[in-house]
This record gives sequence, structure tokens and C-alpha cells, in this order.
Amino acid sequence: MSILVNKYTRVICQGFTGKEGTFHSKQTISYGTNFVGGVTPGKGGRVHLEFQVFNTVHEAVEMTGADASMIYVPAAFAADAILEAADAGIKIIVCITEGVPIQDMLRVKYALNSKNVVLIGPNCPGIITPGECKMGIMPGYIHLSGKVGIMSRSGTLTYEAIYQTTHNGLGQSTWVGIGGDPIHGINFINCLALFEDDPKTESIIMVGEIGGQSEEDAANYIQHYITKPVVAYIAGLTAPVGRRMGHAGAIISRGKGTAEAKLVALKDAGVHITFSPAEMGRRLLDILGSDD
Amino acid sequence: MNLHEFQAKQLFNRYGIMTPEGYLVTNISEARQAAKQLGGKHWVVKAQAHTGGRGKAGGVKIVDSLDHVSNLAYKILSRRLFTHQTITEGLPVNHVLIEKPSNIKQELYIAVLIDRLSESVVFMVSPWGGVDIEAVATKDSNAILNLYVDPIIGLQNYQCRRAGYFLGLFGMAFKHLQVLMHGLYQLFIENDASLVEINPLVITKRNGLLAIDAKLDIDDNSIFRHARLEIMFDPTQEAKSEVIAKQFGLNYISLDGTVACMVNGAGLAMATMDLIQMEGGEPANFLDVGGRTTPDRIAEAFKLILSNRKVMSILVNIFGGIIRCDLIAEGVIQAVRDIGISIPLIVRLEGTHSNLGRTLLSNSNMNISISQNLTNAVKQAVKAAQEWRE
Repeated sequence: MSILVNKYTRVICQGFTGKEGTFHSKQTISYGTNFVGGVTPGKGGRVHLEFQVFNTVHEAVEMTGADASMIYVPAAFAADAILEAADAGIKIIVCITEGVPIQDMLRVKYALNSKNVVLIGPNCPGIITPGECKMGIMPGYIHLSGKVGIMSRSGTLTYEAIYQTTHNGLGQSTWVGIGGDPIHGINFINCLALFEDDPKTESIIMVGEIGGQSEEDAANYIQHYITKPVVAYIAGLTAPVGRRMGHAGAIISRGKGTAEAKLVALKDAGVHITFSPAEMGRRLLDILGSDD
Repeated sequence: MNLHEFQAKQLFNRYGIMTPEGYLVTNISEARQAAKQLGGKHWVVKAQAHTGGRGKAGGVKIVDSLDHVSNLAYKILSRRLFTHQTITEGLPVNHVLIEKPSNIKQELYIAVLIDRLSESVVFMVSPWGGVDIEAVATKDSNAILNLYVDPIIGLQNYQCRRAGYFLGLFGMAFKHLQVLMHGLYQLFIENDASLVEINPLVITKRNGLLAIDAKLDIDDNSIFRHARLEIMFDPTQEAKSEVIAKQFGLNYISLDGTVACMVNGAGLAMATMDLIQMEGGEPANFLDVGGRTTPDRIAEAFKLILSNRKVMSILVNIFGGIIRCDLIAEGVIQAVRDIGISIPLIVRLEGTHSNLGRTLLSNSNMNISISQNLTNAVKQAVKAAQEWRE
């Protein structure tokens, strides 16, 4: 088991024939993902990377039975691409695109409220269930199918957690990269609920950062609903107030969103904190060991 | 992207939001001329710079003679402005706004922003204007009314009425508020703003509303569809190093410490800064070189780091995913050869082709400390910075 995606997930790529779409679709295909086709308006009917190209997502869904889409279109077209996928009946939409205007996301989220879809991102590394399905930009080989559920806002920082849990043999059930934008789809609480229900997931690592209050909300949720051990790391203790730290959402504004506040909330909720990104895997091992 | 007060006020006027009568000037003779044109016996002289707290820093004053207008304009234009919000070197002031003073009955606060929590546009209004709104919020949360706007149906009249009653407005001011709020909302949406703030919004003695100050932030991600706003960008208001960084697709923020870092990914970059502090050092910068790093970019990144004189050591921390560590290593070697780096350089490579990358570095016979372990690399960088200083 795993959450959201597995070997049966039928994946397409929007922005398939573009530079990013081509590069990452290749990786996704060679990872063994159940990839079924791609979409680029105006290039329908061609064959790209040995897969059929469609003009519309509707057509791709009809012809391939796709139920998940990864989006690599430019920022200006990302909102449109997400809405198209949702309208065509795609259930898991992963928007990798960085730099989507925030007001576009306000409207997109509002429109998705009435639909039964999961949006991951935008501005995210994607989602992977090791050995089964890779929808995103993460290097597949660092993963190991296993029992740690991982959720994070960042990419490379999470590679550290992945690598550490691969090396210590725990492996990952699924990693969800929820993304670095202030307005995004799936959040930590959604992931927590799914991990709690997933029999394969035995523990959870959360990699958070400054900005917003999704870590505080997660802390509250963990305290009430999560029985599995959770290890958390929060980046940005040294981030200056009012400056955007790379990610659009990583900003301490009006005194809110500090790493300190997040750490306090998580600690109060009984979450195991690690202050070093190099120690996430070891911290988890220690806890699991002491539970036995 | 921040706009200047005068640019924001120009936009306000286009959306029917009233501002004090005034002129923008760039030298003392224009300042005097503007004051003459406005008439009266008092003038407000306002330094135009991307920072709050201009008043306390002497950048905003009311003066009572034409000589004072030109003297103050000269003073403002000839030196950099330092406020509690500015970067250490202060900000240059190239424009001064000369305005007619207003007859103020009461000062209010109004802002429009995007609320992450409710994922909607929110109006914040308060009868406590002209002061620090965060202080108001901490003292009494009932002093601020939040109105959440549905993104599909937009701002509704009942919301404007609620704001009007909450602020205790009546007559013309009450009606003006409706027009002002609809104007603000339209401005906010049409220009992809992320924040509009009027502090203070004043009720005049004639019971009208006037935006005395204006703060406007535009969502950087939307600039591609706002050519008219893009030309309003004032690079003199940003740290030079950060403007250069942007040109090369680097995310760079200069800080006060001595240990510099170069990292791929924003989250890992923040985490690296935190680790530097944890090990007893102070980070000199935030620098994310991104996912598609070329040798040229690495060279530019080193130049940026070295432009900060306080830097005593450099830590390169790369977790190769899509980017290959051997290419990073080649970039580092090339940069060290071309630029010449005399301070200690510590490189930690992990992930894709990291073994090859480390071999390349050690075979280069350059003075580079190589590490695979993140904690050790940070420790080395902190220690090297301390030793280099001595």
C-alpha cells in the first residue's frame, strides 16, 4: 500500500513535448511508472517518447483511461492546465510549475472545491511511491520502497530525509511534496490523514519551513488524530523577517510564520523535533527503537 | 515587486481613489516650483523609498516656507535614507513628493491582501489609522475588522456597509468608502496585487476620504502580464547584489555573518544557514542556485558571495538530483581557476554522481576541502571562517 499513487495509477503529462515535460517524462517512464500518454495542444496525433500525444486532456482520458496528470507547462498556462485536467476527470493533478500567479491559484482552488480531485502543488517536486509511480522531478534512485511516509514543502532538503531513510533501511511508503507556494493544493493535514490510514506507513517525517501556519495546523491535527510517530524538521530559524527565502511562501510576515512558533507548536503536540537536517533519519530510528 | 508611494497614488487615482494634491520632483528647483503651484502656507515633503518608517527617519515632514521645502528636498535627495526596515546601507532617494496638507478629522486604516489561511482576498479595516497596525492588532483584536471576499462573486456592497458602520462613518464619508473599496478591489485584481495598504486613510474636515499614504506590492509571478507595471520597477531600491542575482536566475539574500553558502534548493539553503548557526557560525547569505545549474551560474554565484567583504569561508552544499555532482564539481573548479578564491572553500556533494564529483575536486589539486557528510562540512566551514579572521 501507499497513498494517492501506486503501480495502477495511469499517468499522463501536460506540456509533454516541451523541454521540461520531455526531460521529466523520460525519467518517469524509465522509473517504471504506468505512463500512458501526453498532452500538448496543437501536437495531437504525434508520437513522442514512443507515446501518443493528444490535443486535449479530455481526449487523453478517453483514449488511455488516465487518472493522474503531471503538469510541466509554463506559469502563465498552469491555472488553465489544472482546470482542464480537473474538468476531464483526472483525479490526481500534480503541478510542478513554479511561478504561478497567486491570484490564479485563488480562483483555481475555489473551482476545485466542488470537484473530487487532489491537487499537489504548484511549485512542488511532485509525488513518488517508490518502486511504483514517480510523478515529479525527484531522482528516482535515491528512494527505497518502505514504511516511512514523508511530506514536505521543499525538494532537495527532502532528498536528505529520503536518502537517510533509504540508507538506514526504513524506506518510504510515499513522499508528497506539497510545494513552496502560499496557496497550494494538498496540505500537511490531508497527507497526515492519508498516512494514518495507510497500513504500509508506520511513521511519518515532516519537513517544514517558515511562512504561513500549515505546520502549526499539522501539529494540532497530529495531537488529536495521529497515532504513528512523527519526526519534524523546520527550516528557516536564521531567516530574516520580511524576506522571501526562495519559495514564494517562505516568508515571515507580520511576525507570523517563524520557525520558533512552529517548533513550539510541534513540540507541544508531542512531535519529535530534529534541529539538524542531517539527523532526520537517525532521529526516526532512535524513536522507533525506543518504542519497541 | 514594491511600487513607490507616488506610483501607487497614480494607480489609485485611476481607480477613483482620492489622494492629496501633489507633485513629484527630482531636484530643489522643481520642489520650490511645485510648492508654489500648490499654494498655501504649508507643504508635506515626502521621500520616495521602498521602506516603512520614513517619518521617524526624517523622510516625511510638514514645512511652512518655500525655503524649507527646497532645503528639505535637498537634504532628502542628497543622502541615503535609513529606517528600521532598510538594509544596512540604506536606500537612495531619487524622488520627492510635495503635497498639500490635509484637514484631518480622523485617521483610519484599510488594507487589501491575500490571506493564506482562508485562501481568499481579505479587506482589513480599523478606526486606528496612522499607527503601526500590528501593534493595534496585538493590543485589541476587536479593533480590526476582516472582510473575506469570494473570488468568484467579488466584493459585495454589504461588506462595504459593514466596514462603514464598523469605522463609524456617516454621510458622504460612508458613501465614499463604498466607492473606495470597490476601486481598491478592482485595482487589486486587475493589477495582480498581493498587498494594498492605506495608512492612514483620513476623514477630512469636510467628511470626505483621502488616501494620505499608499503601499502597493505586486505579485512577482504575475509581472509577465503587466508590462505597464514592470516599467515602474526601481532597481535602485534593491540591494545591488540581489538585482544581479535575479538576472542570473539565482536567489540571493545578503546577511550579516561570515560563513557564505551556495546551495541547490531554497529549503536546503535555509537548512544550511540554520546548521551554520547551530555550529556556532553566522550565515553570510541565503543563496539558492536552482535545479539547472550551469558552470556560468556557479561562477556568478561565487562572484556574488565574494562581493560581500565580510565573508571568511564558503560552503558549497549540493544534493544532486536532476543536476549531476560531477558537473557541479567542474563548475566549481572552473570558477576557482577563473575568479581566484583565496578564502577557505568547503564543498559537500551528495546524490547523483557525487563520487565522481568528489574525485574531480580532489584531483584538481586546488585548495578545496571535500566532504560527503553535511554536518562535518558545516563544522569545517565555521571553523575555517573563525581561523581565517584570526
